[in-house]
Amino acid sequence: MESFIAAVTVFVLAIFVGFEVIRKVPPTLHTPLTSGSNAISGITILGAIVLAGTADTLATILGFLAVVFATFNVVGGFTVTHRMLKMFKSRD
Amino acid sequence: MPPALVNLAYLIAAVCFILAFKGLAHPRTAVRGNLTGAFGMLLAIVVTLLDKHILSFTAIFAGMLVGGAIGALVATRVKMTSMPEMVALLNGFGGGASVLVAGGALVVPHAVSDAPPLQMAVATVTSGLIGAVTFFGSLVAFTKLADFRWAKDVRFKGQQVLNSVLFLLALLIATQVVRDPSALEWYWGLVAVAAVLGVLLVIPIGGANMPIVICLLNSYSGLAAAATGFVLNNNGLIIAGSLVGASGIILTQIMCKAMNQSMTDVVFGAAAVGGGASADEVYGGKVKSTSPDEVAMILDGARRVVIVPGYGLAVSQAQHAVRDLANLLESKGVDVEYGIHPVAGRMPGHMNVLLAEANIPYEQVKEMDEVNPSLPQTDVAIVIGANDVVNPVAREPGNPIAGMPILDVDKARTCVVIKRSLSPGFAGIPNPLFAADNTLMLFGDGKKALLDLVAAVKAQ
Repeated sequence: MESFIAAVTVFVLAIFVGFEVIRKVPPTLHTPLTSGSNAISGITILGAIVLAGTADTLATILGFLAVVFATFNVVGGFTVTHRMLKMFKSRD
Repeated sequence: MPPALVNLAYLIAAVCFILAFKGLAHPRTAVRGNLTGAFGMLLAIVVTLLDKHILSFTAIFAGMLVGGAIGALVATRVKMTSMPEMVALLNGFGGGASVLVAGGALVVPHAVSDAPPLQMAVATVTSGLIGAVTFFGSLVAFTKLADFRWAKDVRFKGQQVLNSVLFLLALLIATQVVRDPSALEWYWGLVAVAAVLGVLLVIPIGGANMPIVICLLNSYSGLAAAATGFVLNNNGLIIAGSLVGASGIILTQIMCKAMNQSMTDVVFGAAAVGGGASADEVYGGKVKSTSPDEVAMILDGARRVVIVPGYGLAVSQAQHAVRDLANLLESKGVDVEYGIHPVAGRMPGHMNVLLAEANIPYEQVKEMDEVNPSLPQTDVAIVIGANDVVNPVAREPGNPIAGMPILDVDKARTCVVIKRSLSPGFAGIPNPLFAADNTLMLFGDGKKALLDLVAAVKAQ
């Protein structure tokens, strides 16, 4: 129970931090925001790695697929966000 | 590696993610922010590879190679106009990864998690439910955004009742999984029901509401990742997932406000389409068609021009032609600005990316609220492939877009609308702007019309 409350605490506080930080993102960067946040939600890769590294065959297969999906998000997300952000130029 | 050190590394990664979002507060700091986020992810991955008792790296590296190669390939090749499709895919894969990890955790619970059994079980069904809705909903969204010929808006009687029944069924199966987590078939049954639900939730939603759907699915994919964090008792996942969840919720709220719709209307497909005056009543004999030469003449006397791009700009890849026109006008001393409606295009900020791609400085690109006060003092407003977001009917009650904030291009001295035809926008209603006294219609493909216009202005 204690560890659950600790996890919920982290969850709730992180949502508040998210609201405060993301509210300041201007509309002009909303597309890179969605792609960049998708790269970050590729964090599931941590779980996928552990799963794909176990001895169980079924778990390894599920883990492998999860690694594929999550790596697509991490690599694809950060790359495409970088491509977009590099295009935003100031007048001078 | 001692667990404390691992958790410290996850904390650093989480700080990097927060800094990544913080960097997005300004285009100047955004690139560095994104790189910081990528560094945080790399750190978290390396620590996980070193720490956990991994028996075989084969499947891990094979998966990374496949996913990374496809990701890199798609991300470097995708056109800026197709960014909504790309984001839909990313949303979906995020949800899919959560479904798989939560499902795998049921197979080998002790190998992957030290969470209390009840927490793990409840989090697993949550992750499976949200993740599957996200994955399958996003695939449907993707087919619609990519304009596949067979992708249609499907509405039928009793759709909402069916959705409710499916949701209750999913909850019922979920309690079964919580009661006996070792019975894997119940989990995959839950995923199957959630898959149908995901398809049914997105399939009735039309193009106008796509920006809202993308934001909502974005939020879901984050929440699914956070739920997976509870499955694994991993703070890294919980923090990153909730940040993304919060981001999606904020964007959804902004989009709903920009369309004067409530989130429930969109989710449950209650958005009205059509109605009001007929096209003949609105347009009958009042629409004035113009030529590039005539527009060039009007632009010759202009001091201030505001360009309003819509989805049609993306379709005809006209962003570079727009830039050429703006540069030409600026060289003649005209003050040129762009006005962007929050839901222009098919996802938030899409127009800004397209204009940035054409090297248009971001200072010149204004939000709706910034540009509206200056439109009455604007000589020419040029609307390119936009419709509902400039429809003055929104100021009146009793129509599908009533109350939606619009760009007041009708208040400019002259309004030039570049459009293929008088066909209605997503809302399915005629636009009196096209028949207004101060409006001229330049019919044709956006890019071609702009190139003709550039030639006409040059010829003067």
